[in-house]
Amino acid sequence: MAFISGVGNTRYGKIDGSTTMSLAAAAAQAAMADAGLKPQDIDGLLTGYATTMPHIMLATVIAERLGVQPAYAHALQAGGATGVAMAMLAKILVDGGRCRAVLIVAAENRASGQSRDQAIQTLAQAGHPDYEVPYGATIPAYYGLLAARYMHQFGVTDEDLAELAVVMRRHAGRHPDAHLRTPITAAEVMASKPIALPLRLLDCCPVSDGGIAAIITREPTAAARVRIRGAGQAHLHQHISCARDWAAMGAKASADRAFADAGMRTADIDYLAVYDSFTITLAMLLEEIGFVRRAGAGEAARAGRFDVDGDLPLNTHGGLLSFGHCGVGGGLAHLVETQRQLAGRADGRQVKDATVGFVHGDGGVMSSHVSMVLERV
Amino acid sequence: MTEATNVSADPIARDWWAGIAEGRIGYEACTDCGAAQFYPRGHCTACGSAKVAMRTAAGTGTIFSITVVHRPPSAALQPFAPYAIALVDLDEGVRMMAHADPSLAIGARVRATVAPFGDRAVPRFVAAA
Repeated sequence: MAFISGVGNTRYGKIDGSTTMSLAAAAAQAAMADAGLKPQDIDGLLTGYATTMPHIMLATVIAERLGVQPAYAHALQAGGATGVAMAMLAKILVDGGRCRAVLIVAAENRASGQSRDQAIQTLAQAGHPDYEVPYGATIPAYYGLLAARYMHQFGVTDEDLAELAVVMRRHAGRHPDAHLRTPITAAEVMASKPIALPLRLLDCCPVSDGGIAAIITREPTAAARVRIRGAGQAHLHQHISCARDWAAMGAKASADRAFADAGMRTADIDYLAVYDSFTITLAMLLEEIGFVRRAGAGEAARAGRFDVDGDLPLNTHGGLLSFGHCGVGGGLAHLVETQRQLAGRADGRQVKDATVGFVHGDGGVMSSHVSMVLERV
Repeated sequence: MTEATNVSADPIARDWWAGIAEGRIGYEACTDCGAAQFYPRGHCTACGSAKVAMRTAAGTGTIFSITVVHRPPSAALQPFAPYAIALVDLDEGVRMMAHADPSLAIGARVRATVAPFGDRAVPRFVAAA
């Protein structure tokens, strides 16, 4: 079995003077302390990428910085799905007997380490360099295209999307490490400045600095008893121009593989952690996977179903939309919050009796999907 | 404006953009299985054949989705903002990204024009009527 035996994170936001390495080290040390492990106990290390620190072998840079000498180490790249993909590979390594304790860590000084224009241009390269980027496309523009079509096809409204931003902000207000904690209203979301219509500023996640880590072990090493019960992936396209079926972008295919791997179904889930780079991302993923009906995410938010005391508590750390987005660490934060919820360590935002959690990461433009079922044992 | 032939290291993309500068929208058709595809790749993704031919689209189609960009990725593109990026389903059965008249709605019938943007001339779709 693969247990998430320790987690740790820095605060998310603009952290002047931070570097990718300082954030990675702080998060990794916190996770090792939480798991009750020392650097010499770690025999696997997985990381992602950092746009502010391009490097051909980031995993060993981090290992050396920490004093870890792993038997298995390299970086992964699956965009926003990288964090969950790292956890999935860690489970494979632990279940296969190759490693006993795998450190997964993601960090980037994405907000303070570059200009806003640099961040936007780097991320826009998720689009096709010859047939998309030359049109002045940005990540918000790709998701703006998703939003316009999805809203048209299924009857989702601007207010439906705004409600999701409101819930994420409310959750973030209960997490001391969140980037954006001031409450917002749906009216404020819908009146915020246009970015790539129909998406407005408050439909978009912020760019943050931050670091986060988790330790996946073969045996429990600390009081937390949360295991990875199953995982799955799906990758149907890279570029939004090439997505064929907009009602089946790969989220459900990925989730179904994770549920089959875990021997569970959506009805068994009592905590949700779903990627939310934009409000439309969250709506599409929740609806395609089937946690709510088509065009039903907004009404579920309005009804309080995603609240801490709702029947589908969702992203109680505030998600990418309000906890913050520092790249790979943005998506890994969903997994870390799920571990804390299932372990009963979520303090003032603790969900009562959370025992089975579902985590979903989305990379690119609904391009790479990785899903995972976690369980308190 | 940069010459369209300098816009990419990929010879297929260079040829495609050179065609745009002359008002031609290219797409690929497989000479073995007949499948049409966009973007051009030099091989067929439907059957795997290496025998694909570049064809010229009629330039007519339907808006599949459209977004109006108010926050461009660079200061150099700021003078063009706001601009609309659309996914257009061409009548030949392929989908492409392009610029479009920001007033167009999903489902609108459109025809291609060419308009300056950034370092080159880009396809820009306007109402067909």
